[in-house]
Amino acid sequence: MKRLLFATPVLVALVFGAFFLWGLNPERDPNTIPSVLISRPAPVFTLPEVAGTGVPGFSRDNLEGNDAPVIVNIFASWCVPCRAEHAVLTRLVAEEGVQLFGINYQDEPEDALRWLNELGNPYARIGSDIDGRVALDWGLTGVPETFIVGPDGTVLYKHVGPVLGDAALRDFTTALAQARQAGMS
Amino acid sequence: MNNQILFALAVMLTSATIALAVEPDEMLADPALEARAREVSQQLRCVVCQNQDIDSSNAGIARDMRVLVRERIVAGDSNSEVLDAMVVRYGNYVLLRPPFNTLTYALWVAPLALLLLAASIGITVIRQARRTHEQPDELTTEEENALRSVIDTQLPTESRQ
Repeated sequence: MKRLLFATPVLVALVFGAFFLWGLNPERDPNTIPSVLISRPAPVFTLPEVAGTGVPGFSRDNLEGNDAPVIVNIFASWCVPCRAEHAVLTRLVAEEGVQLFGINYQDEPEDALRWLNELGNPYARIGSDIDGRVALDWGLTGVPETFIVGPDGTVLYKHVGPVLGDAALRDFTTALAQARQAGMS
Repeated sequence: MNNQILFALAVMLTSATIALAVEPDEMLADPALEARAREVSQQLRCVVCQNQDIDSSNAGIARDMRVLVRERIVAGDSNSEVLDAMVVRYGNYVLLRPPFNTLTYALWVAPLALLLLAASIGITVIRQARRTHEQPDELTTEEENALRSVIDTQLPTESRQ
C-alpha cells in the first residue's frame, strides 16, 4: 500500500507528461474542427447550374454510381484563397484525370461566370448555392473546402481551406490515391 | 455634470457592445417562436469564431445557421430536434454544452475523479501523520526493568557542601 502511494506522483507525472507531449506536437492543429461527414453518405441536395458556364448543376444522385472517386469543391468568386487554389485543382484534373464538381457558395451567377472565364473552368459540374443552405448540409466552416466522395456516394476525405502547400497537397493526393484503390477492389 | 457625461458615455458604449447580431429581417413574427430560436441559437457554437454562440456572432455562416434554426422551428421542430439537425451537420462540436455520452465521459467525470484522488491521497497522508502522534506502545517488562535499573542507579555523590 505504501509503495503504491509512493508510485502515485510518478504515475501522475507520467500521465501529465504524455498529455503535454500530445499537446505540444507541432503537427497537431488545435483549430481543426472534426468533420462528422467522413465515412458517411454525402448529404441529399439538388443545385441548379450556374447560368452561362455550359456545365450542368448537380445533385446527390450525381455523386453515386461514378466509376471513380469525385472531388467536390466549395468555392466562391469573392473568396481570395479559392483563386490561389484554382490552379491546383486545374492541375489535379489535368494530371490525375479526376472529376471535379463545384459548389458555388453564396455567389452571384454573373460573378462566378466572370471568375471562371478569367481563370478557366476545371469543373465538370457546378451547382449554384446562392443561399448557402447546401453548404451548411456539408458542414461548411469556411470557403474553400474540398471533399473526396467515393463511387458509392460516401464522403471519404475533407480538406478545410485551400489545398495549397506541400503538406496539404501531399495529404490530399494520398487520400485521393487511397480512395481510388478502395474503388478498384 | 461630469457624472452625467460619463453616464451618457457608458450607456452609449455598452449599448454598442450588446447590439444584437440578429438582424430584423431574420426575426420571426411570432414572439414565442422567436424566443425559442434565440434560446436554441445561444446553445450553438459559431463554427468560424469557435467560442461564440451563433446568436451573438456577426459571421456570415452564423447568420445562415440562425436562419436555418428559425426555418426548422417554424416547420414545427422541437428545440432538441433543431439541435440534433445541427449536430448531424457539424457534430457535437457545434454544441456549446457537450452532451453526456460515451465519448465525453472522461470530460465530465475527470474533474470529480481527480478531486476524489487528491482527497484520498490527502486523507491518507494526514492520517499517517496523525498516527505517529498517538500514544506510544507500553514498555515491555524487559524495557521497564532496564529503565528502572538506570533510574535506581545511585548518582555519583558529589561533595555536598
